[in-house]
Amino acid sequence: MGRSLTGSRCTHCGTVAFPQAPGCQRCGRRSTEPLELSTRGTVWGFTVQRFAPKSPPYVVPEGGFVPFAVGYVELAEGVKVEAVLDCPDGSDFSKLDGAEVTLVATEPVPRFAMEPVV
Amino acid sequence: MSVSTGTGVSIIGAGLSKFGRQPGRSGRELALDAIAAALTDAGLDWPDVQVAYGGSDGSGLADTLVADLGLTGIPFTNVKNGCATGGSALLSAVHAIRSGAAEVALAVGFDKHPRGAFDPRPEDWGLPAAYGEAGLMVTTQFFGIKIARYLREHGISERTLALVAEKAYRNGALNPNAWRREPMSADEIAGADMVNDPLTRFMFCSPGEGGAAIVLASDAAAAGSGRAVRLLGAATRTRRFGSFEVFSPAIQGSGRPSSVSSDAAAAAFAAAGVGPDEVDVAQLQDTESGAEIMHLAECGFCKDGEQEAMIAAGETEIGGRLPVNTDGGCIANGEPIGASGLRQVHEIVTQLRGEAGARQVAAPRVGFTHVYGAPGISACTVLAV
Repeated sequence: MGRSLTGSRCTHCGTVAFPQAPGCQRCGRRSTEPLELSTRGTVWGFTVQRFAPKSPPYVVPEGGFVPFAVGYVELAEGVKVEAVLDCPDGSDFSKLDGAEVTLVATEPVPRFAMEPVV
Repeated sequence: MSVSTGTGVSIIGAGLSKFGRQPGRSGRELALDAIAAALTDAGLDWPDVQVAYGGSDGSGLADTLVADLGLTGIPFTNVKNGCATGGSALLSAVHAIRSGAAEVALAVGFDKHPRGAFDPRPEDWGLPAAYGEAGLMVTTQFFGIKIARYLREHGISERTLALVAEKAYRNGALNPNAWRREPMSADEIAGADMVNDPLTRFMFCSPGEGGAAIVLASDAAAAGSGRAVRLLGAATRTRRFGSFEVFSPAIQGSGRPSSVSSDAAAAAFAAAGVGPDEVDVAQLQDTESGAEIMHLAECGFCKDGEQEAMIAAGETEIGGRLPVNTDGGCIANGEPIGASGLRQVHEIVTQLRGEAGARQVAAPRVGFTHVYGAPGISACTVLAV
């Protein structure tokens, strides 16, 4: 489907980073290779942004601010990626706890959704 | 208490400026207030200080204070280490005394932040500008994510978050120097606007104003002081692999994130030769009420999940088994970043001396302080009389 996040893997110890990093946080060596990350994962933790962040830098969406979930998605590569999280009805955020999610956007930041992409 | 040689360094003076909004007064003026109070407390004058360390996050350079203190020619090093600024300044002063470079040293921290949330720039954190545009450069999100997971993992109720904040305001009401001096009920705290689930706005500290200063001396130089508090152990640490911090685009590694607070606390306790079970009064970083709950476990005072019963039983109250944040903590005093770590030390010194007035803990012998901050730093001390 041509949509994935690019991280990196340490060629020495295998530690996976996102975004792509020139060095390894675990072993301190500076030899990494690009790695396309899984597009499905599990919500590790999340909260809800209830108020509009300060603008700038926040760009208010067309139609105005609505609360959104933000959290970390645990991927099989052994890294948890920060992302905006969409849930099916858009407001019952509690469903996100431990949910399986799928990558739906990589820009401006990673975005995962509970409903699988068709 | 087990036998300990300690660090060979004692605290002989501690001083604070007023905390909270002070229109028309600069951060530097608050630092000067704190230094004057600490020197008076120590019975010393500025020319007695042989080396100084200090800093603020956003209110200027500490070494410029010599223009107002007196040009005595001593080494004065600026420290800028986020929330650990005060702790790092204190550690630097300890090292100077232990090395023999000085007998009397000063550590100072201060800040005067504008109203409202901090305003971080993605590029300062090594992140693409898109993180700001998407609304992810919000510090409070990190705290919400961390405590939400912790509550679920360890069966702690959201009510406990409100109880911790309620205690902070109650203790603040007993502290003449606190910013927030109005008690607030747990119901009002829990029912306030949600900021980042499960944290409401009254569960957070606010960026604030204040200065704090500590005068340290070698145990030999402190011998005549009579009011000296011994520094048994002190440590600062940066995060190890796998930690979870504010503004992290990812958490690397599998399993449970590492904790820099655990590392710094363990190092301070090891240096002190005492354990968490021997502590009579503690100051723990309470950026929000969930942080106090998690830091109880991270610093070794309980196991994960035990906080629910501990707090319900009042164990962290002033009259409890382990009083925590007896001065109202960051929640009641506000967060002037540079000053907070030394405010904590000031409070423990005050408690150990038995001079805490309405908020005095019954005859504490051993105290502990802990700060935590971005981007994954912690400073801890163990103090005793």
